[in-house]
Amino acid sequence: MGSLTSSTHPASKAKNQPARAGWYFVKPSVVPGFGLTFGYTLLYLSIIVLIPIAALFFKAFSLSPERLIEIATDRRTVAALWVSFGSSFIAALVNVVFGVIVAWVLVRYRFPGRRLLDAIVDLPFALPTAVAGIALSTLYAPKGWVGALFAPQGAIGRLFADGSWWADHFGPWTIKIAYTPAGITIALIFIGLPFVVRTVQPILEEFEQELEEAAATLGATRLQTIRHVIMPRLTPAVLTGFALAFARAVGEYGSVIFIAGNIPYVSEIAPLLIVIRLEEFDQPAASTIAVIMLVIAFAMLLVINLIQAWSRRRFGDGV
Amino acid sequence: MVYDSRPAPAAPDIHSGATTERLWVRVVLVALAVVFMALVLVMPLVLVFSEAFRKGAEFFFKSLSQRDTVTAIQLTLTVAAIAVPLNLVFGVAASWAIAKFEFKGKAFLITLIDLPFSVSPVVSGLVYVLLFGAQGYFGPWLKANDIEIIFAVPGIVLATIFVTFPFVARELIPLMQVQGNGDEEAALSLGANGWQTFWHVTLPNIKWGLLYGVLLCNARAMGEFGAVSVVSGHIRGKTTTMPLHIEILYNEYNFAGAFAVASLLAMLALVTLIIKTVLELRFGDELAATRRH
Repeated sequence: MGSLTSSTHPASKAKNQPARAGWYFVKPSVVPGFGLTFGYTLLYLSIIVLIPIAALFFKAFSLSPERLIEIATDRRTVAALWVSFGSSFIAALVNVVFGVIVAWVLVRYRFPGRRLLDAIVDLPFALPTAVAGIALSTLYAPKGWVGALFAPQGAIGRLFADGSWWADHFGPWTIKIAYTPAGITIALIFIGLPFVVRTVQPILEEFEQELEEAAATLGATRLQTIRHVIMPRLTPAVLTGFALAFARAVGEYGSVIFIAGNIPYVSEIAPLLIVIRLEEFDQPAASTIAVIMLVIAFAMLLVINLIQAWSRRRFGDGV
Repeated sequence: MVYDSRPAPAAPDIHSGATTERLWVRVVLVALAVVFMALVLVMPLVLVFSEAFRKGAEFFFKSLSQRDTVTAIQLTLTVAAIAVPLNLVFGVAASWAIAKFEFKGKAFLITLIDLPFSVSPVVSGLVYVLLFGAQGYFGPWLKANDIEIIFAVPGIVLATIFVTFPFVARELIPLMQVQGNGDEEAALSLGANGWQTFWHVTLPNIKWGLLYGVLLCNARAMGEFGAVSVVSGHIRGKTTTMPLHIEILYNEYNFAGAFAVASLLAMLALVTLIIKTVLELRFGDELAATRRH
C-alpha cells in the first residue's frame, strides 16, 4: 500500500512543514486537494455514521448498570440473541462447505453454464432482502415448491410420516422449514453464500498448480495433495469468508422475518426484537440490544483483520 | 479384481491427470454446486416472476398501476436519486484523500468507512430514531421548528445513505491505490491545475470502477428494507418505499400484488447483475482487484 505513493518534492515541503521535526500528519505531495477531500470525508463520515453511532452508545450507557444488565439478561433478549447467533453460525458453516465447492467448481472445472453460475453467485448482493424474504418464505412454506416435498404427503416428508419405516422405528417426524429456526437458517444461507465464494475464489484462481504437480511427482495421492497442499492455503480465505457470512447473517432482517414465523423464544431474531422494543417506545432496551450486537460485530471485524494479518505474514498477501 | 491396475491415461492438458480429480468426482461436485445454487438462489428468483403472473398479466399490471404502488415506486426512485449522488461525491473525495496521500491513522479511517457494512440494517435505522425521533436527542427542537425527519422522507433518505455509505469508496480506494499518482503528477507538472487533473486524468482512469460502485450502491439503495422500515413509520402511500410496500401487500395476503412489485425489484437485481458481469468481463483490469463487499 504505502510503497505506491509518490516521492516527496522538496518544494512542497515548505508549505507542509511539520510542527515537530520528523513527524508529519500527511506526507508532503505535489498532488493537491488533501485538505478539501480529507475535511469533507471527515465531515460527512461524522454526520452520517459517527455521531449517530455515538448517540446509540450514549443512550445505552446513560442507563444505570443494573438496568443495563437487566435488559441484557432478559430471557427474551437472550433467546433472541441465541436464535440469531445460532442460526447464523449454522448458516455460515453450510456456506463454507457449499461455498468452497462452488468456488472450486467455478475455478477448476469447465462445464456448460459455468459463467452463468458465476454471475448468479452475486444474486444475494443485488436482490433486495424483502424480495428474497417473501420468495424463500413462499418456496419453503408447507405448500411451496420445496416445502411441499417435506410435508407429510410430500416425497421426502412421506419417508418420515405416520406409517413409514422411520415412524415405526423412531416415531413420526415432521420436517417443517418455513416458520421455524430452520427457515431462518435457509434465509441466512441465501444471504451469506457470496461472501464465502467471493473470498475463496480469487485465492483458488491464483493458486500455483505447479505445487500440485510437485506434490503428485513426489508420490502424493490427489486426496493427500488437497489435504496437505491446497487446504492449508485456502484456510485463511475460508475463515474470512465464514466470518463475513456470519457477521452479515447476525444483523440480517429483511429476508428472515418473512420466513421465521417470529415466535418469541423460538424463532424471533435479535434485530426483530430491536424493532419490537422500538415500537413499544422502549428506546433503552432497543439501544442496549443494538449495542450488544454492535460489540459482537466489532469483535468479528477484529477477528477478520487478525486472520488477514496472519495470512499476509504467512502467505504474503491478504485474503 | 479389487484394484484397477491399468496405467493412468497420459495427461493431455493441465486440467487432467495429476492435478485434477477423477471424472465422477468432478461430475458429483458440479452437480452438488448446481443443485445447491438452484435450491437456494435460482428457485426463489424464478418463483418471484411465476407468482407475480399467477393471476395473469392483467392483474399484474393492475397491481402495479395502483396509486399506493406508484407512489412507492416514485419514493424509491427519489430516495435513490438523493442518496446515490451524495455517496458518490463522498466516495470520490474519500478515495482521493486515502489513495493519493500518506497520513496517520489511514487504516483506522478505512475501518470507519467500512463500519456501516458491519452494522445490522435495523441498527442503522435505530440510530437516527435516537437522534431525530420524538423521544430523540434533537426531537423536541425539531418539533418546535416543525421539521419532520423520522416517519418522513428525510429519515428514509438518511437511513439509505447510511447503509449504502461505503459502496463507492470501497470500490475506488483499492483501484486508485493500485493506479498510483504517476498520471496526476505528470499532468500537474505540465501545468494543469487540481480540478483539470481530476476531470481529465483521474476521472477517465476510474470511470468504470466508479460506475461499478454506483451500480452496487444503487441496487442496495432501492432495495433496502430493514433500515428504512425502522424510520419510515409505514404510512401507506406516503413513506412506503417499494420493499416496504411489498411487506404491506404480503401481510394483507395480497401475494400476487406483493410479488408483482417484487418482480420489479428482481428485474432491477438482474439488470444490476448483467451490467456488473459485463463490466467485470470487459473492464476487469480497470476495476479494483477485490470483488468483496
